[in-house]
Amino acid sequence: MTIEKLNQIKEKFAPIVEQRLHENIHPCKDGKRIISLCAGTGCQSSKSLVIKDKFIEVLKDRKALDKVTIVTTGCHGLCALGPIMQVYPEGIFYTGVKPEDVERIVDEHILGGNPVKDLVYSETIKGDKFVSVEDTNFFKKQKRIALQNCGIIDPEKIDEYIGTGGYQALYKVLTSMDPDSVIKEVLDSGLRGRGGAGFPTGKKWALARPNKADQKYVACNADEGDPGAFMDRSILEGDPHCILEAMAIAGYSIDATKGFIYVRAEYPIAVDRLNIAIAQAREYGLLGKNIFGTGFDFDIELRLGAGAFVCGEETALMASIEGKRGEPHARPPFPALKGLFDKPTVLNNVETYANIPKIINNGAKWFKSMGTPTSPGTKVFALGGKVHNVGLVEVPMGITLREVIEDIGGGIPGGKKFKAAQTGGPSGGCISAENLDVKIDYDNLTKIGSMMGSGGLIVMDETDCMVDIAKFYMTFIAEESCGKCTPCRIGTKRMLETLERITEGKGEEKDLVELEELAGYIKDNALCGLGQTAPNPILSTMKNFRKEYIEHIKEKKCSAGVCKKLLQYKIDADKCKGCTLCARNCPVNCITGTLKMPHVIDQSKCIKCGTCFTNCKFGAITKG
Amino acid sequence: MSKSSIAFSGTKDQEKQLKSFISAHKSDPGPLIMIMQEAQKIYGYLPEEVQRIISKELNIPMEKVYEVATFYAQFNLVPRGKYHISVCLGTACYVKGSGKILEAIEQQLKIKNGECTADRKFSLDSCRCLGACGLAPVMKVNEEVYGKLTPDMVPKILAEFK
Repeated sequence: MTIEKLNQIKEKFAPIVEQRLHENIHPCKDGKRIISLCAGTGCQSSKSLVIKDKFIEVLKDRKALDKVTIVTTGCHGLCALGPIMQVYPEGIFYTGVKPEDVERIVDEHILGGNPVKDLVYSETIKGDKFVSVEDTNFFKKQKRIALQNCGIIDPEKIDEYIGTGGYQALYKVLTSMDPDSVIKEVLDSGLRGRGGAGFPTGKKWALARPNKADQKYVACNADEGDPGAFMDRSILEGDPHCILEAMAIAGYSIDATKGFIYVRAEYPIAVDRLNIAIAQAREYGLLGKNIFGTGFDFDIELRLGAGAFVCGEETALMASIEGKRGEPHARPPFPALKGLFDKPTVLNNVETYANIPKIINNGAKWFKSMGTPTSPGTKVFALGGKVHNVGLVEVPMGITLREVIEDIGGGIPGGKKFKAAQTGGPSGGCISAENLDVKIDYDNLTKIGSMMGSGGLIVMDETDCMVDIAKFYMTFIAEESCGKCTPCRIGTKRMLETLERITEGKGEEKDLVELEELAGYIKDNALCGLGQTAPNPILSTMKNFRKEYIEHIKEKKCSAGVCKKLLQYKIDADKCKGCTLCARNCPVNCITGTLKMPHVIDQSKCIKCGTCFTNCKFGAITKG
Repeated sequence: MSKSSIAFSGTKDQEKQLKSFISAHKSDPGPLIMIMQEAQKIYGYLPEEVQRIISKELNIPMEKVYEVATFYAQFNLVPRGKYHISVCLGTACYVKGSGKILEAIEQQLKIKNGECTADRKFSLDSCRCLGACGLAPVMKVNEEVYGKLTPDMVPKILAEFK
């Protein structure tokens, strides 16, 4: 590959890609319409590829296949409304498309020129007009840097990535920057690790640079283990080349010639696209020997994770790449000195890498202009749980949680009341309503007892029990603890048992004191980050939702109605019509009463299965 | 090592396939997990017999293979059902009621999480996040993802596989 050739491809493909930018209003140059379908995990799960085949079938039947270009892209973010497709040049945004809708879209819109209004994303309809999807509440406050190309380019075509300016940053560093100035640029940008801990990326590279060895490595942590988080998956699926380019840049700055991407086996689409991307980059000479004729060699290999949460921890991840049990080891030595195969290694997370080419192209100053002084740039969040617009959002640091949940997320469905937002996954904490206006950045989230984490953001409402949520995370951690150190192996198990007792109505007041004591002990003594942060979900819920713990322990009650053993189903005698439906369906025959007379539940026999509650047609059964 | 009650029925062909993969990747850096993943693809699970082949071919102690096999959730030491159901218990799915989906499947198939039906048709486990949180709660039957589930959808979905 030469710069002339790279620019040739760029010139050819830039106009093609630009046609798919939302604000485009000009007719496509070739006179065709573009159908752009999302083929990320979310939309594929809601059958977007079936829709694609159906389009081809219908267009063939109408002899109009040559009037349309069909592209498949990565994730747009609005996963809950999938499958998502857009039609250009108008930029019409369709959601929830079903195979039976395809004929109408083809006949009315593609051939007839009139968008099918009832299938268009309702937020983009303003009276008779369609507004750009960029102006809807979901997208308006977002700023897409890491996700810049996701949903726009076809991730399986390197030419389209080059069309967006791809691999120009690699050319720039290889031909006009020495490794130290690359590191300085990254350091000046203030970019911090997006995997959770927030360590300055430039500093990490600077630590590895001076360490001499016959082989050094660059590694990418794509073992997105935080349940409820899918930021990295979306980047890998939607824009895999930006990760390869960034890893090559990192390789050049620390003098490494080999890279490893450690990706979850649970992400088959991401794995496929990475494999395709690596093969294409090798074919173009953008990976391999003598890149751009500069004498710089760099190649990347994929390694699949085998399902262990602890492998998100850097030393455990490296052990796993080496084919061993993913057990962490004590640091120092840090990976910068002794990492993969005992050689100096830089390990960054996917989203961190996704920012690198943009920083090189636009400069540190540009990057620093976004976000807050201590946390520049943007952060991608996987917004999930009890919120209208479940999906992937990228926002500037410094935005408030309220803006993310209420404005972008569209608030909580069903008129329910907000209770908590969980960030940072099993290492993070639950944020209560009073902190909704805190500006999101690394330091602020830590201050309010949570952490940035990798970007999972789960919203919970009044029907979620915080003691149960703490138990949920503790179950996860106790299961995933690798077992190497005692504080984590035994400590998390003991904490889980205590929580189990509390949710079963067997809690005592001294349990809270003991939980706090044990939490402190684990935090101070566990070997790795996973263990040290393991008590966070308990500590943050005990701090912010103490009332719920007290209620479970003293009153043996769960107001949210989640903890089964504390529930009582009762029949309201005024509402009960005596239809006998509940009595007939009760699996343990604990409901008695005669026809047309109020029935009664024998609490001593009730197993709290909730069958009566679900079946009652008169709302006469209460739970609480 | 606890032995599976099911007799090993690997073929010569499978063994040949595995051995040729091993010899091609033997000298890669840290190849063990990669080879075990391939072995599981070939045999569907990793019984003692297969682990022994790997240990012999790589010339490493059996204990090294076994310790890796038991560490990672991905490796199965016993065979799975023809249809393997995996219910997501990631946070996003959990707060949207995936626990109730798991319960409904357990009731319907009369097996517990981690078990296999007597006819080896269905096996069931839970997983942590498929990354399809937009469709929560979700489950996977073999490679097919089912989203926006409610407990009453379970019988209908399972009936597809009768």
